[in-house]
Order: sequence, then structure tokens, then C-alpha cells
Amino acid sequence: MNNDVAIQVVNLTKRYGEVPAVDRISFTVKKAEFFGFLGPNGAGKTTTLRVLTGVIKADEGSASILEYKAGSLKAKQVTGVVPEMANAYADLSGWDNLMLMAELYGIPARVARERGTSLMQEIELYPRKDSLVRTYSKGMKQRLILCLALISDPEVLFLDEPTSGLDVQSACLIKDLLQGLNAKGKTIFLTTHDMEEANQLCDRVAIINEGKIVATDAPEKLRMAMSGMHSVEVSFDNVVNAEVLASIPGVNTIKKLGDKWRLYTINPGELVVSLTNFSCSNGLKIISLNTLAPSLEDAFMALTEKKGKDA
Amino acid sequence: MPDIATVLQQARRSLAIARKDIRIYYSKGPVIIFGVLFPVFLFLAFTIGRRLSVDFMIPGLIGMILFFTATSISPIVVPWEAQARTLERLMSCPVRFETIIIGDILASFAFGLAISLVPIILGLFLGITISSPFIFALAVIVAALCFASLGTVFSIPPTNVPATVNMIAAAIKFPVVFISGIFIPLDELPVWGQAIAYISPLTYFTDIARNCIQGRGHLPAAVDLLVLLAFTAIFLVVAVKLHQRTMPRRI
Repeated sequence: MNNDVAIQVVNLTKRYGEVPAVDRISFTVKKAEFFGFLGPNGAGKTTTLRVLTGVIKADEGSASILEYKAGSLKAKQVTGVVPEMANAYADLSGWDNLMLMAELYGIPARVARERGTSLMQEIELYPRKDSLVRTYSKGMKQRLILCLALISDPEVLFLDEPTSGLDVQSACLIKDLLQGLNAKGKTIFLTTHDMEEANQLCDRVAIINEGKIVATDAPEKLRMAMSGMHSVEVSFDNVVNAEVLASIPGVNTIKKLGDKWRLYTINPGELVVSLTNFSCSNGLKIISLNTLAPSLEDAFMALTEKKGKDA
Repeated sequence: MPDIATVLQQARRSLAIARKDIRIYYSKGPVIIFGVLFPVFLFLAFTIGRRLSVDFMIPGLIGMILFFTATSISPIVVPWEAQARTLERLMSCPVRFETIIIGDILASFAFGLAISLVPIILGLFLGITISSPFIFALAVIVAALCFASLGTVFSIPPTNVPATVNMIAAAIKFPVVFISGIFIPLDELPVWGQAIAYISPLTYFTDIARNCIQGRGHLPAAVDLLVLLAFTAIFLVVAVKLHQRTMPRRI
């Protein structure tokens, strides 16, 4: 195996009964890469992560973490995990949770204390370290769970929807910490359905839908590959009929967004000219006009919908 | 086959899990009620007014309390962890399935040992004498391990509701108490009653306790100890193998 590879997955399959939750997926994550694993609910993101972290076993295929078989003690020793909807022990303090995790990873007590202090200070939990976790807010619990994953100073970090449902401040704190870790050379595998988060954080993303990977690339490249997804957002000073707008040359599809219209096209430049002519000939005044490149969300929707239609 | 270093490493992590269980689960309501209060009241209900000697009562009381306390934590830890959503993190740590299960068993074992000291000290205070203290101590230790392992077997069905597991456990524990020579000595049971008694691990501990305290046992102490060890091995293997299958289904 290439020394630059942190995670390698080959033809991985996991079925629940007859239904394949993950169907012969293959991908590679390089060392120090920030890799996003995107997909709608039920696409197979969490199942993949659980196989990689050794919580469940695959039915077919193979997966390795830094050359160790996924699920082996050695693979688990070099990984930190933030599972989806996981909790820390509510009847222990944040600090005791951290020290328990350090023991389970075999971290010497002195190192665990130093690292635990530093992590809790960085994530702004230190003043509450001796409080029982049941008294923490949701944001504090999630920050603690990230600390638990980091106490072993893992080379590879798996996170399943780590900012889901969090307040803006906690989400920002977690994202900043993850970016800092990635800058220090840690490999990060993030599952999310938050496109903006993936766009901000990830070097590359894989999009999974119905258990199969439908695209793997850098977020920018995925966006730009959606040639038909460029759009022009326009608003007029008067009501305009949707059918009339759809008949303008170059418009593929239209969408109403409040008092604005979004017109999807292959050639946004030509459409702007057509819209100007349209407004003049119909006695309309353009209030606002913006050209938009396709977003990662557009790419995600196009890829997952296309797969759904193909199926 | 794991090497010695891995075995020692996993043993240390089992102890960490056991300490966590002790800190979290000792004070839980079901543990106190089913593990401590219930056996005491049940014993009192069956012995008060029966003019029984202290020598007869204390071995039964020790057996009851050891059995109930050692099976009070181990059945509920795994479903409780799954319900509280802490199990997935534990499973993703560098610990084997065996390490988790043995950690849970050790917590129950320690609880059983600690609480069983109460009736032993009470008995000594009331004037009992233990003829073979070493064999008796060994029996208490082996029986606590055996019952704690049995407790883990109760939680094999992949339900995440501790009350359901407690119901399963109660459905097995109560009949076991009545067939194990606690209220009626084995010698006084009919042959068919003795045949049923032999399928209960508690029978063998009660027999050793009567042997050491009353001076009369139904079987030789060595046989009792060997059978208890065999039960322990069976419960351990069954618990580890079957939890390995059902634990991922709890997530």
C-alpha cells in the first residue's frame, strides 16, 4: 500500500437483511487530508463510518486505516471517533470521562492529565471540568465528545455529523479546532449533510447515495462540473408569469425564491442579455440581477437525484 | 491468539471499564432494589417464624445475597450503555468485546464480594464458626465470579431497555433461589428435587457454605468448587461469544 494513504476502502459491502446499506464502495483518503463523506439520510454514511471504526463488521470487501485492518486493535489505537448522537457518561464529570478514555487507549496518566488540561482549555470547558456531564448543555457535551476523541492524539479522526443541531458558537469552535488539527497533519474523515460545512472544510468529498458512491472529487471541481447548474437570479418591479420566463432562450429550468426568480442555464452571460431585452420589451424594470455559479448543494442535489432517477 | 502484552493491556482496560461501571451503576435504583433490598426481604419472609438455627440460616442468607448482588449490575450495563448512547464510543475504543464483557463482570463480582461481607460478618457476630475459612473464602470468590458471569448472560438478547433485561433476569433468578437448597436442605429434598437442584450453580455454593458453617454438606467441597468453576467457564464463554453477535445490533 502507498505510504501516503490513511484510509483505503475496497468493494466494501454491508447488508441489513437483504438490503445493502453500503454496496461495493471503494475510495482512498490520503494522509493529512480533510475528507468529506456526504449523502442524504439513509445513504450509508454512518454504516460506512461504523465499519471503518470497528463497531460493525462488513459483509464483503476490505478497509484499512494506516495499513491496519479496520476494526483491529491497532487500527482503533490510531483513530479517534466522534460517533453520531453519542453521549459521554452523564454520571461522570467531563474530566473523569476524559481520564477513562485515556485509560482505554493506554495513555500514561501524566500525559493524559497534561493533554486533557490543554484540550479542555482549548475547547473552553476547563472551568466546568469537574461538573457532571448531565449538567452540560448540548454544545458543551459535543465539545467534550470531541475532546474524548482527541485525548489519544489520533492520527486519523472520524466524525459523524459533529456539528448537527449545535449553536453557532459551538459549531464554529469545533470547525476551527478541526481545521487546526488538519493543519497539523491529522487526517479527518467527516460525514455530514451540511454542504456549506463540507465546502468550507474539506479538501475532497465523496457523495454517497443509496449505498453507492456517485462522485468523489474536490468540492470546487464538483461544483464546476455541473455545467447546466449555472444560474441567474433576477427580480422585477412587477409580477411576471413563470411560463413567460421559462420561454426565454437559454433557460433550462426556473425556480421561484420569494420575490426572486432563479433561472438555470448553460450560458449565464447570454441569459443576462436576454433578460435585459425581455424587461425592455415587456416594460419591466429589473430590481436586482446576479449570476451564480453552481453550489456544492446544487451538485449534491443533481448527483443524488440523477442516481435516484437512474435507479 | 493474542500475545501476553496484548492480554495484559486488555486486562488493564477491563479494570478501567469495571471501575467506570462501579462508579456509575452502584447507586442506580434497580441495583439497590434487586441487588440488596430484595434478597434480604425475601429471605426474611421465608425464615421468620420457622424456628431455624443461625447455623442453618446464615449459609442460605450469604448464598441469596451473593447471588442477587453479583447478578444485579452485569445484566443491565450493556443495555443501559446502549440506551444512554455510550456503547458505540466504547466499542470504537481499542478494546475487544471480551474486554468490555469481562469489565462488566468484574464490576458485578466486586459488588457481590463487598455486599456478601455483610451477612458473613453478621453471622460471625451471631456466633457461627467457619470450619475451613480458606475453602469458604475461595468458594465465595468463585461463586461471585460465576454469578456475575451468569448476570451477563441475561443481557444477551439485544434489547436496550434495562427493565426488560431485569424481567428476564428475575424470571430465572427466583426459581433458581427456590431449587438451590437455601430454604430446604438438599438432603431433605426428594430425588427429583435434588436432580433439579443440581442444574443450579447456587446449589453448589450453598452446599459449600453449609459444609463450612454447619459442618454437613451434601457433596464434597472439592466437587462443589469444581462444578462452580465449570459453570463459571460456561457462562463466560457463552456471554462473550453471544454478546459478540448481539452487541453490534444494539447500535
